[in-house]
Amino acid sequence: MSDVIETDVVIIGAGPVGLFAVFELGLFDMKCHLVDILDRPGGQCTELYPEKPIYDIPAWPSILAQDLVDKLLEQIEPFKPTYSFNRMIAGIEQLEDGRFRLSTDDQEVIEAKVVVIAAGGGSFQPKRPPIPGIEAFENESVFYSVRRMEAFRGEDVLIVGGGDSALDWTLNLQPLARSLTLVHRRPEFRAAPDSVNKMYALQEMKKLDFEVGQVTALKGDGGKLQSATVKGPNGEVEVPCTRLLPFFGLTMKLGPISDWGLELKDNLVVVDTEKFETTRPGIFAIGDINWYPGKLKLILSGFHEAALMAQAAKRIVSPGERVVFQYTTSSTNLQKKLGVA
Amino acid sequence: MTKLTYIAFDGTRFDVDASDGSTVMENAIRNDVPGIDAECGGACACATCHVYVDEAWTDVVGEPEAMEEDMLDFAYDVRPNSRLSCQIKVRPELDGLTVSVPERQG
Ligand SMILES: Cc1cc2nc3c(=O)[nH]c(=O)nc-3n(C[C@H](O)[C@H](O)[C@H](O)COP(=O)(O)OP(=O)(O)OC[C@H]3O[C@@H](n4cnc5c(N)ncnc54)[C@H](O)[C@@H]3O)c2cc1C
Ligand code: FES
Repeated sequence: MSDVIETDVVIIGAGPVGLFAVFELGLFDMKCHLVDILDRPGGQCTELYPEKPIYDIPAWPSILAQDLVDKLLEQIEPFKPTYSFNRMIAGIEQLEDGRFRLSTDDQEVIEAKVVVIAAGGGSFQPKRPPIPGIEAFENESVFYSVRRMEAFRGEDVLIVGGGDSALDWTLNLQPLARSLTLVHRRPEFRAAPDSVNKMYALQEMKKLDFEVGQVTALKGDGGKLQSATVKGPNGEVEVPCTRLLPFFGLTMKLGPISDWGLELKDNLVVVDTEKFETTRPGIFAIGDINWYPGKLKLILSGFHEAALMAQAAKRIVSPGERVVFQYTTSSTNLQKKLGVA
Repeated sequence: MTKLTYIAFDGTRFDVDASDGSTVMENAIRNDVPGIDAECGGACACATCHVYVDEAWTDVVGEPEAMEEDMLDFAYDVRPNSRLSCQIKVRPELDGLTVSVPERQG
C-alpha cells in the first residue's frame, strides 16, 4: 500500500470539467489531486472524439476536442495539480475531523477536505452481452473478468469476443480448462495477430474449438450453466459449457459512486444550482455526472458549475476566511497565482 | 433532399427527408425513430445505432470500414447487412434507402 495522498480537493474524473475545476479552485489557493480510471486526462473529448471540432466553446469558433483538452492542461499548469491515472475511486469514508478518506481499486488512499465528482458519463465497465436471461448466471457461471484462474480449472469454458481480452484468456485458460471454445462473430480479430496465430495453432492440435457466430441463448439451472446456443453462418449449434466469459467491450456506468448514499436521479447525482453540492455536504458534483432541473450536458455548463462550486469549496477548505470576488484581468493577487504578475 | 425509410422493430414505418451529408443516425434521432440510441453521438464508439440495411440496398450503401466492423462486434444480432447508422452518410444515390431497426441495441 502506498502512502496517503493529502490534498485540499480530490477531483474524481479528469475530463474537461474536472480539469477546469483545478483552475477555479486554484484561484482560491486550493490544491487539487485528480483521479481517473483512464490512463490520461481528457475524458470523453480524448476517448471518443479527439479529432472532431467543437463549435460551442465561447470565443472558439471551432476547436478540436483534443486541442481543448491540451489548452485546459496548459491553463491549469500554474496550479500544479497531481494525478492518479488508471485508478478507479471506489470507497469513501468521512473522518472525525470532517475530511474525507477515499480509496481506489488499487488500495491507494487519498485524504481531502472536499470531494468533487466530475465523473462524466461514469467509469468504463464491462458491457453485459445482450443474451436473454444472462443475469441469472452471473457470478456463478458467467464472469466478465478473471480474478482467479483456478475457478476455471476442469471446467468447460466458453469465451466470447474477438479483442485482446478474449484471446489472452483463451490462451491462458486453455491449459487449465477441461474444454475451451472461443466464439466470435467473424473470422477477423481485433486482438494482436500473434495471439490469433497461437489460437489457430491450438485449434489445429484440437486443443480448443473456434466457432464463428453469436451466442443467442443459455441453458442451465439455478445459476449453473450447461450449454450455450451459438448461431453461426451454417445454423445453430449447442456448445456444452459450465463457464462463460463474454468480452463485449466497455460501457460507462456510475459505478461505486452509486453506493455513496447520495441522492440520484436516473444514475446521475442530484445537486443544487447554487453550489453544485450533492446531498452530502462537502461532496460536490459537476459536469455530465450531475442533474438539476434544466441541466444541459455541455462543456460550457460544466465550466460554469466549476466556478460556482469553487466558491463553496473555499468556505469548507478555509472556514472563516472571506471569499473575495476578483477578476483575473485586474487582480494582481490572482495574476501572481497564475505566474503572470 | 434524399428520402429514407426506417422500419421500427414493431413494424412502424418512418419516411423522412434527409439532407445530403447528414448521417442515417442523425435523421433517425431527429425524427424520433424508436430503437436508435446513438449514445456516443456518432463517434463510432458505442454500437447503439445499429441498423439492418434492406437487402436491395447493401451494394449501394457499401461495406463498413474496419473501425466500424470492430465496433459491430458489440452489437446485438449482427447480420451480413448490419451497419452502424452513424457511419452511413446520406447522398443522392441513397434516395429511397430502407433500413430496419433491430430488436435491441446492445
Ligand atoms: C461525440 C460527442 C460530441 C460532443 N460534442 C459536444 C459539443 O460540441 N459541445 C459540448 O459542449 N459538449 C459536447 N459533448 C459532450 C461533452 O464531451 C461532455 O459534456 C464533457 O465531456 C463532459 O465532461 P466531464 O468532465 O463532465 O466528463 P467526461 O468527459 O465524461 O470525463 C469524466 C472522467 O471521469 C472518469 N471517471 C468516472 N468515474 C470514475 C471513478 N469512479 N474513478 C475514476 N475516474 C472516473 C472517466 O474515466 C472520465 O475520464 C460531446 C460528446 C460526445 C460523445
Ligand atoms: S452513434 Fe455510437 S456508434 Fe453510432
